[in-house]
Amino acid sequence: MATDEVHGLVKREALSDETMVINLGPQHPSTHGVLRVRLVLDGERVVDAQPVIGYLHTGFEKTAETLTYQQCNTITDRLDYLAPMTNNLAYVLAVEKMMQIEVPKRAQYIRVLFAELTRLASHLVWLGTHVMDLGAMSLFFYCMREREVILDLIEAVAGVRMNPSYFRVGGLAYDLPDGFHEKAWDFVKDFPRWMKMYRNLVEGNPLINQRLKGIAVLDRETCYQYGVTGPNIRATGLALDLRKTEPYSSYEEFEFNVPTRTEGDAYARFWVRMEEMDESLKIVEQALDKITPRGEYATRDRKVALPPRDEIYGNMEALIHQFKLVTAGFPVPAGEVYQAVEGPRGEMGFYIISDGGPKPYRWRARTPSYYNLQTLPILCRDGLVADVITAIGSIDIMLGDVDK
Amino acid sequence: MSERSEELLDRLTQRFPDALEVVESIDQPTVVVKREELLAFAEHLKSVEGYVMFNDVLAADWFPAHPRFEVIYQVVHPESWQRFRFKCRIDEHEAVPSVVSVWPGANWPEREAYDLFGIVFEGHPQLTRIYLPDDWEGHPLRKDYPTGGNRID
Repeated sequence: MATDEVHGLVKREALSDETMVINLGPQHPSTHGVLRVRLVLDGERVVDAQPVIGYLHTGFEKTAETLTYQQCNTITDRLDYLAPMTNNLAYVLAVEKMMQIEVPKRAQYIRVLFAELTRLASHLVWLGTHVMDLGAMSLFFYCMREREVILDLIEAVAGVRMNPSYFRVGGLAYDLPDGFHEKAWDFVKDFPRWMKMYRNLVEGNPLINQRLKGIAVLDRETCYQYGVTGPNIRATGLALDLRKTEPYSSYEEFEFNVPTRTEGDAYARFWVRMEEMDESLKIVEQALDKITPRGEYATRDRKVALPPRDEIYGNMEALIHQFKLVTAGFPVPAGEVYQAVEGPRGEMGFYIISDGGPKPYRWRARTPSYYNLQTLPILCRDGLVADVITAIGSIDIMLGDVDK
Repeated sequence: MSERSEELLDRLTQRFPDALEVVESIDQPTVVVKREELLAFAEHLKSVEGYVMFNDVLAADWFPAHPRFEVIYQVVHPESWQRFRFKCRIDEHEAVPSVVSVWPGANWPEREAYDLFGIVFEGHPQLTRIYLPDDWEGHPLRKDYPTGGNRID
């Protein structure tokens, strides 16, 4: 066997016949869903890693064309099911932009509050599963336990834990329930203590540092070329955050920093997300201060938002509006629009084409994980097999988001 | 539309006088580019105007109108955070040039448009189905593809 005389390593060309093709997944716990990666291996070294997707394809874009604008909201939840509220937000903002609807300030603040709570919940799942992939089991249980507190808050307002559809075109589905502020403030008080515990478990941990430092490096140029957004591009030193660059839903009124790192490796991405959780908590606090316990939660335009329940029983117009909205939906002026928000995984956007009817003509979800996952071959090339798992966890993909 | 995007549209129409048509849009500067000039336009947009950041490629089906398909490209100027949209209109048996050589990120979205709309991208490195199985018949996002399932009698 020919060897490289200087380093004593086996030459790559000499081994081309001995490379091996192995499938990782689609049923593998560390692929975070049903992702299949076709690995070409040269011993322990990865020559190529091609993601094979589509195992969770559900045809949402076709389904949406058969639903009214208000009904489409329910399928946005199911795209990235760990961050349903930010998907809702991107979608309702897109429709509102087309219809030029003004949403009351209080509703905008509540949207910000839940977008950030969702980001926290999503990052907690990422932290737990990513660290579990690296071999640390205990953190997963803590993260899931604390995520449950956030899901309780979501359940309190929307009635369900996972697919809330709480944001509606024109505002929110319901007002905040009684006692919501106390529950939310309890969470805000407890969370820094939990964050400290997570940090103690991972910071300075030699095993985790070794598994992350210098692994799966992504430079900024590659991020541009592949449309990589979110924490992945912020780990390359660019403070690109849609909450700052194109503020929506009154984000310009909140004070927060955009954490960045410059190395672009898995370690940098890890700490960008960890620091982002602290910033999200800051926004949650400010939002809770701004939100009054009672007040307007949706636009008064009855052609768009459903009338409150008690109004329906005593008012004929309200009953007619309710009936029209539920059975026929509302028409949206013809045209096309793109609206994006900063989701936990990057730029979550919707491209909607309307032909003037009550159902979208074309409904396109620009889901961040899809574009982030495309860089997997670059992240894994010339690394080790074990680092493929690190790479998949560190770009934080969600297969519901990839396959839509 | 901001002054900046108007200047950009002026520059672009001067550079490609016969191939561009500026269209009205409520959010981003938008142009329609002729198929023959698409690749040259994309390269110009990236290297001269600085729209290096890829955002998305999607398609729309305007059945039964002609030209039937619209391929929509979205790119971003990252330093000034300006978005730009350009479209290419093609008919059913025409192909569009692939922009993978300009923005490598267009690889998967173009495969997706091929899979779900049946649009052929010339020069794409691996134009195969991405979501559906290889032996699937038809292209589901086309407007003449039935939304219901198989009929049961």
